[in-house]
Amino acid sequence: MGRKEMIAMLLAGGEGKRLGVLTKDLAKPAVHYGGKYRIIDFTLSNCAHSGIDTVGVLTQYQPLVLNGYLGIGSPWGLDRRDGGMSILPPFMKQKGSMWYKGTANAIYQNMGFIDRFDPEYVLIISGDHIYKMDYDHMLQEHKRSGADVTISGIQVDYKEAKRFGIMHIDDDKRITSFEEKPKIPTSNLASMGIYIFSWPVLQQYLIRDEASRLSGNDFGKDIIPAMLQDGVSLHAYLFEGYWKDVGTIESLWEANMDLLTDRPALNLNDRDWRIYSVNPNRPGHFVAPNAVLSNSLVTEGCMVEGTVHRSVLFYGVQAGADSVIEQSVIMPNVRIGQGARIYKAIIGEGAIIADGITIGHPDNGSITVIGSDEYVTRNQTLLEVKQP
Amino acid sequence: MNTNVLGVINLIHESDEMESLTAGRCTASVPFGSRYRLIDFVLSGMVNSGITKVAVFAHTKFRSLMDHLGSGKHWDLNHRQGGLFVLPPVTDDINEVRRGDLFHFFQNRDYFTRSSLDYVVITRSHMVCNIDFEPVLAQHKASGADITVVCKHQTELFGGMARKVEVDGKGRVTAMQDHYGRMQSNLVSMEMYIMRKDLLLELVETSLAQGQDHLVRHAIMTRLDELHVQSYIYSGYLGIVNTISSYYQNNMQLLRPDVYRSLFFEPGALYTKVKDEPPARYAEGAMTSNSLIANGCVIEGTVVNSILFRGVHVRKGAVIRNSIVMQNGIIGENSRIDHVILDKDVRIVQERDIRGTALSPFLAVKRKVI
Repeated sequence: MGRKEMIAMLLAGGEGKRLGVLTKDLAKPAVHYGGKYRIIDFTLSNCAHSGIDTVGVLTQYQPLVLNGYLGIGSPWGLDRRDGGMSILPPFMKQKGSMWYKGTANAIYQNMGFIDRFDPEYVLIISGDHIYKMDYDHMLQEHKRSGADVTISGIQVDYKEAKRFGIMHIDDDKRITSFEEKPKIPTSNLASMGIYIFSWPVLQQYLIRDEASRLSGNDFGKDIIPAMLQDGVSLHAYLFEGYWKDVGTIESLWEANMDLLTDRPALNLNDRDWRIYSVNPNRPGHFVAPNAVLSNSLVTEGCMVEGTVHRSVLFYGVQAGADSVIEQSVIMPNVRIGQGARIYKAIIGEGAIIADGITIGHPDNGSITVIGSDEYVTRNQTLLEVKQP
Repeated sequence: MNTNVLGVINLIHESDEMESLTAGRCTASVPFGSRYRLIDFVLSGMVNSGITKVAVFAHTKFRSLMDHLGSGKHWDLNHRQGGLFVLPPVTDDINEVRRGDLFHFFQNRDYFTRSSLDYVVITRSHMVCNIDFEPVLAQHKASGADITVVCKHQTELFGGMARKVEVDGKGRVTAMQDHYGRMQSNLVSMEMYIMRKDLLLELVETSLAQGQDHLVRHAIMTRLDELHVQSYIYSGYLGIVNTISSYYQNNMQLLRPDVYRSLFFEPGALYTKVKDEPPARYAEGAMTSNSLIANGCVIEGTVVNSILFRGVHVRKGAVIRNSIVMQNGIIGENSRIDHVILDKDVRIVQERDIRGTALSPFLAVKRKVI
């Protein structure tokens, strides 16, 4: 197999606990977003547009939906003879099998995979974030700086900073300190969890980290601090643009609403940076004579007979006559009955909302979530229905 | 399950009366129904019926068709074995390109002889329908007929041209006439024929030897006495699209919810080339009613009784009524269009007013700026 300059390792085992019922049966990277995508589409499309043709996808939590979705990587141009997409679940070894203990351990366990391509650089990304980034641009900067590690960083609100790895940098963008989830942040430059490592350096640290019994085997908590302590040269790549971690119900809802402004910060209509996804093969959506649609995203295969305002409708949604959908995210193949009202809600894939039901409150309450395949009738969830 | 049938989509001398829509492309690749090309309907039907080997007998103006079909992977026809074959005319003599389909079948006879499949279904591309060929094959085998032709009872053709068929009490075809004939029959041929492959090859050779080179007009219509040609009655939605009038009217039929549901979803899904467009975005103040809208559209104005293909941009104050706007069309601010067909990449600048009529819609050629 030919040598690759850089390959990507995509961490996609995230459980997404805080997404509740939405991640009951699927990993966080497989969560639906933006009318036709799953979150992982963004990082995979970034790889495609950055000229990366070898991607290892590390899966662990609830991989069935994700595996089925990824297939052999064709929608992202990753069905290649040399390289392409490989799904890398934890596996059995002679000394027994082991789950991925942490992000660094997941890579450690797949060093053999990486070595097959003998890369100079390894890009570590996660399938949990929504953003558009040219990793090749980041690689060029990595090479110019001469650093062993480049970490992508973005300015966040100080209020939010304690959720991230927080960095300090000098005038040459050298990273001088790195603290994972600090209680009292002293900077607002957050790590985006996107790393380019020169492979021999990373390999050395992965082996050392694995040998340490005290380590949590995590990039942010263990590997990066150890490198900083040893004086390894770390460089920050400053990213400006839309970047969203959709770890909670609120942030998932917000990220969908972000798409509804006149000029969304995340432009999905950019012809030079299309977001690729598995195509559901549906006709154009049908807007009935009495339907009213504004400030919304509507996907192919929908039949809209009601009123939709400030909402995102995924493919195959049927909204009955006189129904009202406001400030909501309606996942694929949901059926909303006649006269039903949905306010500020996320309705899971395949759910059925019976005629006349009201979900949420028109006066902007908290977000209501209905799980996949639920059947909601008379203001209570009676039973689960299976998609045909 | 894979069926024992070889698919043939025959584009040789397809009827072509769609004015500028077919100026640079063949009928098979005319955009239809918000995101499809005409060929997608029969091709998807074949795939959904378990046919895994399909030949498209391309004839003329097939550049955009090749681009559309590619490797066949969007129809799941990029197989290790079988899959999609696009077969252009094989000849040194430019005059021979004009010869009938039997001649071209003969030139490409290897496609038939190399396959171990026993039956062949020969169709054209301009029949907009969602058809399952399995029951057609089952009836064909059960009836013992030599040839089964798919027909439909249809009186309203919306300006489309079709062959009329007469059958006896048992459904055996007794007469067929080209569209300009005077036959009084409400049974029209969908130009889909199932027969044994051996019979097709025999018809090819004997007809050519007798100086005949058209499958239907010569090999079948003149042999209705000797061959048992049986009708199969299709009951799903059918749109016959081979004139501008039928193109416009059959598109508008898609705005009927019953047609939308049956054509696009039953019995199988329809496949087409994937474009990775985002969902359609409706801006504040957008108004849309009774329309079919594809992904990638941005709607800031008003859309009524219309069909928008992928990536159409309707700017503020623009009003689209009773119109078909193909891929990447742009309707400028405060422009109004009514009964208009805009081919791909047409741009209407601001403050324009363009009107056609239901019987004679205004047609703008590809990439035109108005």
